[in-house]
Amino acid sequence: MMGNLLEHMGVDRDRIHFSWISSAEATKFVDVVKEISDKVRALGPNKKFVKDYNK
Amino acid sequence: MDTCIEKIRAIGADLLAKGEVEIIIGFSDGSIPMAARPVAVSSRDDMEKLVFNSTCGLNLANYVSKNSLSGKGAKIAVVAKGCDARNLVTHMVENQISRDQIYIIGVPCTGMVDKRKIASMFEDEITKFAEEGDTLIIESALKKLTVKKTDVLRHNCQVCTHPNPPVFDVMAAEPVAEQTLDQPFADVDNIAAMDPEARWAYFQELTQNCIRCYACRNACPLCYCPTCFVDESSPQWVGKGQNQTDVTTFHFLRAFHCAGRCTDCGACVEACPMGINVREFTRKLNKDALELFGWEAGLDLEKRPPLDVYSPDDPNDFIK
Ligand code: SF4
Ligand code: SF4
Repeated sequence: MMGNLLEHMGVDRDRIHFSWISSAEATKFVDVVKEISDKVRALGPNKKFVKDYNK
Repeated sequence: MDTCIEKIRAIGADLLAKGEVEIIIGFSDGSIPMAARPVAVSSRDDMEKLVFNSTCGLNLANYVSKNSLSGKGAKIAVVAKGCDARNLVTHMVENQISRDQIYIIGVPCTGMVDKRKIASMFEDEITKFAEEGDTLIIESALKKLTVKKTDVLRHNCQVCTHPNPPVFDVMAAEPVAEQTLDQPFADVDNIAAMDPEARWAYFQELTQNCIRCYACRNACPLCYCPTCFVDESSPQWVGKGQNQTDVTTFHFLRAFHCAGRCTDCGACVEACPMGINVREFTRKLNKDALELFGWEAGLDLEKRPPLDVYSPDDPNDFIK
């Protein structure tokens, strides 16, 4: 529901990830992080929820 | 609706006379028209203060907490519309109060009026508000208007499907007819149909005038934490000013804290001095609660809220 609300507010769905990884699943952790960084890299820098201190 | 106020007063007087409750929480007239405010009545002489009309848009469950009872055996009576009663149930489900500490005087509700909409029909200040059945007679120094109540209902009352209290000790009138809607969340669907950038812009614009007064939070019966995350300073979760990022963070989190708990009572919107429809956030959560978990808050004392229990049927395809 949290992801859905963020998406509803206009945050790209590909920036929101939920995963359940046990401390014994090192390879899964690596895979998930890789997948997330690939997706986010494809989207480019996030401009939302970023605070601009110059304003 | 004014017919049931005599009944409410009679029930109240009787409860106090018998010593069954120590206080009755209800509505009384405010200092200006259309500003009904909460009142706690503890003496039979004050019973005349109680009123009930179409301007009682706040949620009285907000004024009941563990601290409002004088002792263990004490009991409070609350005049409750459908949504007030649902928030009382939520209080009970969340162990804030117990069922035997509350006496619910249920009021079948025909909806509350949108005061901003009415005010926008006038150029000057409204001096008089009266209602007869579903006709409202509103006056200012310049003019007098007769309006149909159904034309000026608040949005949450237009889409309300539980106007009768689901749990009560006594009802002040016969239950009213309950509607079922084909598209209960048309407003949410309209936003969902926009593309992400437009949705982002929509919510930015919605909240751009927020002055961070927290009236919306204070009016909400769900917000009973002793220290709200916005007031904490170590750690400071969110900046306190009107920076738009901080404002967005506040609104996102305030709403999310209401996930699976919000009854769409509209008290938050009623309280906002800037006329911001903060329900736009909670509406999405309410829609998801219904569609993903078949859940509407405050209807059942026995069931646990969806975000409070694990069930093997819980949707989990968002977890990778
Ligand atoms: S968030 Fe608003 S509509 Fe929902 S329960 Fe709180 S005050 Fe009522
Ligand atoms: S009541 Fe309105 S102005 Fe005040 S914090 Fe809530 S949304 Fe902002």
